Amino acid sequence: MITEVRKVRLDLHSQDQLSIARRTVQEWATDLGFGSLERTKLVTAASEIGRNTLVHGKGGDMTIAELSRDGVAGLALEFQDSGPGIADIAQAMTDGFTTAKSMGLGLGGAKRLVNEFAVQSEPGRGTRVNLIQWKRR
Amino acid sequence: MDRIPILKLQDYLLVTIQVELHDQLAITLQDDLTRQLSVSHARGVLIDISALEIVDSFIGRTLAHIAAMARIMDAHTVIVGMRPAVAITLVELGMSLTGIKTALNVDKGMDLLLALNTQAGHP
Amino acid sequence: MNGSSNLSAIIQENEKRILETWIALQVGTSSSKGLINEGELRTQSANFLSGFTAAARDGLDVETRGPAWDEVRSFLAALSRSRAVQGFSPSDTARFVFSLKQPLLDAVRKSIPEGGSTLAEAFMQVSAVLDNLGLYTFEAFQKGREQIIQRQQQELLELSTPVVQIWDGILALPLIGTLDSERTQTVMESLLEGIVEQEATIAIIDITGVPTVDTLVAQHLLKTVAAARLMGAECIISGIRPQIAQTIVHLGVDLGDVVTKASLAEALRVALRKRGQEVSTVARTPRDRG
Repeated sequence: MITEVRKVRLDLHSQDQLSIARRTVQEWATDLGFGSLERTKLVTAASEIGRNTLVHGKGGDMTIAELSRDGVAGLALEFQDSGPGIADIAQAMTDGFTTAKSMGLGLGGAKRLVNEFAVQSEPGRGTRVNLIQWKRR
Repeated sequence: MDRIPILKLQDYLLVTIQVELHDQLAITLQDDLTRQLSVSHARGVLIDISALEIVDSFIGRTLAHIAAMARIMDAHTVIVGMRPAVAITLVELGMSLTGIKTALNVDKGMDLLLALNTQAGHP
Repeated sequence: MNGSSNLSAIIQENEKRILETWIALQVGTSSSKGLINEGELRTQSANFLSGFTAAARDGLDVETRGPAWDEVRSFLAALSRSRAVQGFSPSDTARFVFSLKQPLLDAVRKSIPEGGSTLAEAFMQVSAVLDNLGLYTFEAFQKGREQIIQRQQQELLELSTPVVQIWDGILALPLIGTLDSERTQTVMESLLEGIVEQEATIAIIDITGVPTVDTLVAQHLLKTVAAARLMGAECIISGIRPQIAQTIVHLGVDLGDVVTKASLAEALRVALRKRGQEVSTVARTPRDRG
């Protein structure tokens, strides 16, 4: 059974707010005692998705929640925007979309960095991305 | 507007990135480097990222752009000090940054730059 | 039996006989005979009995969970832990408590000659208390065993992922045994940390001792090589046996431009050369101190 210990919503409408969001994820992960590698992966994933929300999604918000499941701590991030949405999610998930040439969507890469990943999007209906990183024993 | 300082070390430019590189700062850095390279005719650029705990695909692309731009201006680029966690994360992201030279620290980075320039036939 | 003040009194009156019978039972029925030092057993039993007597003095808490029984329980927990380490079986450890039943009940029966429901109730209470304490001992033993196993697993993991500096700036990582995903990740991190600590520019990953490699492990190895490269170090993979080479090709894993060598020795030679060094034989000159 998963319980939510605490939860905070942060605006993502500017570079500064993206920086704050990144720092918040870093702090919460440190507080929970995440190892340096899992913490780095989570914050990097947050940076990738957060950037998408800001640049492609034309701004939105990030909700961070501390979870607990059978005594194991976890951090859940939800990014929501009401931008143009993604037409072809499958394509967005392939690595070709993170080429050095374009401002790639980085979804496939971010997915590999976290334990749980889900994306929901429809053209014209915005995008929502959920990430969860559980603390390794 | 803050900018990242670029130091000149004999024939080389040294950049130490210690803060988060957001969009504007990244663009400014690339512009400053281009200008400095052209003015100083430096033979190489050393970028120290040992202070960075997070390197996402944006920063990865920025570093790649800098290396490509320096190449065009006939200068080598060496990136030093990448942390293990950062290296593993970049590989997972799919950014292996092939073509960019790397070294463990500033010392070895300078050795590499000197070696590269000797090979290239520079006196 | 009104309350247990009687039980405490009963034990005290018959202490010697209860203790002797109890000890004899423990030694007699145990399968861990070689492990029991009778002197030590005597001390443990005497201590337990006096703790038990004290706990039973102010009312018999059959559940044995209340504060009166705290000392007895921690004594049993310590006993279980030490027996687990000594190699006792779980039964023999719990037998410490269960074998007290017979002599104790004997003493109770003698002290309630009228028998009847008073005796029956006394029997039930004493049985219940010892059952609970016996079960507690068993559980404490299990917990102790689990902790030992976890500690051993951790030690094994650390021992099996050694990163060794075999020359200036050259690290070797001899992998032994089957690699699973979890272990390979730990190994990866150890190697990269080692590169930073030793300021190494070359890391030799030797897989002579690895019986099989699957796609996941091969991918982890390749990721390790890529990560090391980002840090300015080069990896050489050595000890690839023919079967593993076949598996790698069969799986379609592309080793790219990773240098591979048949043996660790070969890999070391290549590593030294890359660092501009080589090993040569020094000609022995006759002593010419003059």
